Amino acid sequence: MALLRPSSAAPAVLVVAASVVASAQMAWAADSFMDPQGPIAAVQKTHLLRATVLIMVAVLPVLVLVPLIALRYRRRNGGTAAYRPKWDFSAKLEFVMWGVPMVIVALLSFYLWKATHRLDPYSAAFGETPALNVQVVGLDWKWLFIYPDLGIATVGEFGIPVKQQVAMTLTTDTVMQSFMIPALAGQIYAMPGMTTKLHLVADAPKTMQGENTQYNGRGFTKQKFLTQAMQTEDFNAWVESVRTNGIPLNEDTYRTLAMRTDRDEVQAALGTALMPLNALYFTLEDGDLFQSILHRYHGGQPLPVDQQPGTVEFGQEATQ
Amino acid sequence: MTDTGFFGRLNWDAFPIAGLIQTPNTNEIVANAAAGIVVVGVIAVVGLLTLFRLWGPLWRDWLTSADHKKIGIMYIVFAIVMLARGVLEGVVMRAQQAAGPGPGFLEAEHFAELFSTHGTIMVFFVAVPFVFGVANYLVPLMIGARDVAFPVMNQISLGLTVSAGMMLMVSLVVGNFSTGGWTAYPPYTGAAFNPGVGPDYWIWAIVVSGIGTTLTGINFAVTIYKLRAPGMKFMRLPMYCWTIISSSILIIFAMPPLGVAALMLAADRYLDFHFFTNDLGGNMMNYANLFWLFGHPEVYLLVLPAYGIYSEVFATFSAKRLYGYNSLVIATMCIAVLSFTVWLHHFFTMGQSALINAVFGIATMLIAVPTGVKVYDWMATLYRGRIRFSVPMLYGLAFLMLFVIGGLSGVILANPTVDYQVHNTLFLVAHFHNALLPGVLFGLLAAYNYWFPKAFGFRLNEFWGRVSVVCWTVGFLLTFMPLYFVGLMGMPRRSFSYSDASFHPYMLVAIVGALIITCGLLSILVQLWVSIRDRENTRAPVGDPWDGRTLEWSIPSPPPSYNFAIIPQVTDRDNFAAAKERGEAYPSPDAYEDITMPRNTAIGFTLCVFSGVWMFALVWWIWWLAALMTVLMLASFIVWTFKTDFEEVIPAEEVRKQHEAWLDLVRNSKPVDRDHETAPENRGLARPDLEAVT
Repeated sequence: MALLRPSSAAPAVLVVAASVVASAQMAWAADSFMDPQGPIAAVQKTHLLRATVLIMVAVLPVLVLVPLIALRYRRRNGGTAAYRPKWDFSAKLEFVMWGVPMVIVALLSFYLWKATHRLDPYSAAFGETPALNVQVVGLDWKWLFIYPDLGIATVGEFGIPVKQQVAMTLTTDTVMQSFMIPALAGQIYAMPGMTTKLHLVADAPKTMQGENTQYNGRGFTKQKFLTQAMQTEDFNAWVESVRTNGIPLNEDTYRTLAMRTDRDEVQAALGTALMPLNALYFTLEDGDLFQSILHRYHGGQPLPVDQQPGTVEFGQEATQ
Repeated sequence: MTDTGFFGRLNWDAFPIAGLIQTPNTNEIVANAAAGIVVVGVIAVVGLLTLFRLWGPLWRDWLTSADHKKIGIMYIVFAIVMLARGVLEGVVMRAQQAAGPGPGFLEAEHFAELFSTHGTIMVFFVAVPFVFGVANYLVPLMIGARDVAFPVMNQISLGLTVSAGMMLMVSLVVGNFSTGGWTAYPPYTGAAFNPGVGPDYWIWAIVVSGIGTTLTGINFAVTIYKLRAPGMKFMRLPMYCWTIISSSILIIFAMPPLGVAALMLAADRYLDFHFFTNDLGGNMMNYANLFWLFGHPEVYLLVLPAYGIYSEVFATFSAKRLYGYNSLVIATMCIAVLSFTVWLHHFFTMGQSALINAVFGIATMLIAVPTGVKVYDWMATLYRGRIRFSVPMLYGLAFLMLFVIGGLSGVILANPTVDYQVHNTLFLVAHFHNALLPGVLFGLLAAYNYWFPKAFGFRLNEFWGRVSVVCWTVGFLLTFMPLYFVGLMGMPRRSFSYSDASFHPYMLVAIVGALIITCGLLSILVQLWVSIRDRENTRAPVGDPWDGRTLEWSIPSPPPSYNFAIIPQVTDRDNFAAAKERGEAYPSPDAYEDITMPRNTAIGFTLCVFSGVWMFALVWWIWWLAALMTVLMLASFIVWTFKTDFEEVIPAEEVRKQHEAWLDLVRNSKPVDRDHETAPENRGLARPDLEAVT
């Protein structure tokens, strides 16, 4: 029985696994979970590699044996290989065919169960507490980061202290979006009138890109931001500079921010000489801003289209 | 939305030429070229039909026919036309990303229309009609029936599918299609954020084609339950028919949620409802659940029939019984049932608890078990066979090798932990193309090559067939393997531009692959042309050019309109192979009977036209026209029900004459062995072949 002998596949599994690990560390872009900057992304990467190796146990025999079988049993004159046109069942083979995938899936399920619970974005399993609270609002086409306890808010630049847990609550004030900083943790949807949660932590000071992965129109591919992981003292200085250089986030500035503009356009509208070229700094006037954004959709009244951020009509009366 | 004129909201600006005049740029040129192809294509078809005086035959022999074989062929022609458009759109998208970091040559909205139409077309107007075109042609022949259970309903299904597909074509010329992707997630596709006609084109195309597909599902379930030839117990059904049963069951349960979701979105957009709006308690999460309650079984209702095709191909071209028939049947039904338990894995990232994600993740991985069993069963079918590398077998081997890679990435995606990272990235795009190209499309192309001589009486050219296999395989690998890597690197799907230069080399490889896939598509057309030109050398009128095993090979090619002069008595799983072995193939019947067949009817075509105009009127708010079409559709249907004379009788004498003539041909033909399968002397009579070697 030449079919499905696991021992013959084992060395090949190791080779593939080794090459996957090697290539993951060499060629791939940094700024993804292939080059993790925090414990969550690191576990995600390990999980990916472990799952890949386990699945290869079922896949490799196919990749190896299909060409071999096709070659050996090809039709040709004077072929000496066995030909059993009526053979259509073998209990032993059935046992292996059903058994091997079941064992692999059982193993994978075990790891899946553990990892899914351990990395639940709602749970706060990683990083030092007390956590830094951040409220994230998705707008067309930019992310607004509100630090309610620090009285500041930013766009385009997301500062966090290293080692400390960051506890985020997300919503949008327009269509659905999906928030992700690949090097730190996976994504979570942000939806209007609802909140989702995401926890993350960075290991060391580093600048990492964050993005929206859910298509939402013209400015979609520019809806990126830089995550700045900093030592605690640097973070405190950064907070202070945002507070000093920021403009107030009030009804007017929020209205401008929430209009259908991409990062460049909103920078031109609200940026000042004191801010970086690709970020907006705000001081928080209304500590309940996040709540009022959520409540926009729970008033029990229809929301006129010109009061819905993200529509063409929104904010037009202000500019006329 | 009430203050609209005679033509609703339709005006001059809806035509792409207006855009070209206002802002002449590459983006507008591409849009106008696409519209131009549609217009020129229509004019060319109309011109050729008129030139060769084919309107009469087209109407009598095709458009009004209720013959399942002709309906099947029309489905497939429609699918291939749409496939051409879908492939070209894919190439344009690849070109946009290959143009490098920076803006490219298309505008964001145009790119969004491309990925929305590409997905909608490939799923609903290529895969579904191609799968059910093949099923239409084959199922009655395989189970020994003379037609499907409801021939006229079958015609209506085709009419609705085609009219819905035409909406996609019309949207190129009049107005714009949706930019919301093939899934059309609200609130982005809601009236507040997308007030234009795009989402409405999507909604009505989905609703109408969905009704057509649902009717097809009912039709084929009933056909296989009720019309099997005497003696064909369920466990004697050809494997392909098993996959069509499960696919039909999936359709019956999966299509309604889609139709409901689309109609609820329509209610939001047209009637100011709030199912999925941001305000007044609307919730788009309900849409996501309804959509994927359809969307996941959809994947399996497409791939299962392809599994069935591979099962037939592997057995025939290995000259061997299918290994593990019982296992394959069980595995097929397992997949069908499990496919309804995994929809949530399309939105692990929506914020539900770890417990729920883990349960759905494990349910998803469970599907890998029966799927793996199938792959191993096919390998065991090849094992100790006598494998002939004909075109369908080559597609099958390519499928086995490539599909397991798609399985690998599928099981990876089933892990919520990893999905959090690669969801919405090109990794996902690579995965489902890996499932749908080698899985579904290769299967359909294998079927096209395998059963073409049955349908038209001559074989397809082998050389160009092989060229197409190579192009599709290499093209697929080059296009989609790089996307796995950029996906892991975090590149979101649907990106019309990007700034990370490290993605660029991958995109360049992908465009080369896309061009090779285009060559694959072209070689299929060249193959058809060459095969028609050389048809005198490849005729196989006796009907069994591949030493087939199932009933459809026991009748003439092309089959008579009534399929079987005498309904066969089934005693075996591979009934025709067994009959050939016993020397009992091609029996001369003692007596013939009159055969009753459905008469031609124009109801399918009528509903096709009326429903097409109805959709157009709804999209453009031309209310009087929509009302008129509603009345006309109802009236034409009611009028049709009064018709009692819907069958015609083919006299026994006529059947006898045709059948005896064919039996004479069988007796006077020279049987050929498998070494001369592709030679001109293969007229479709197979010689008993090799003995077993142990």
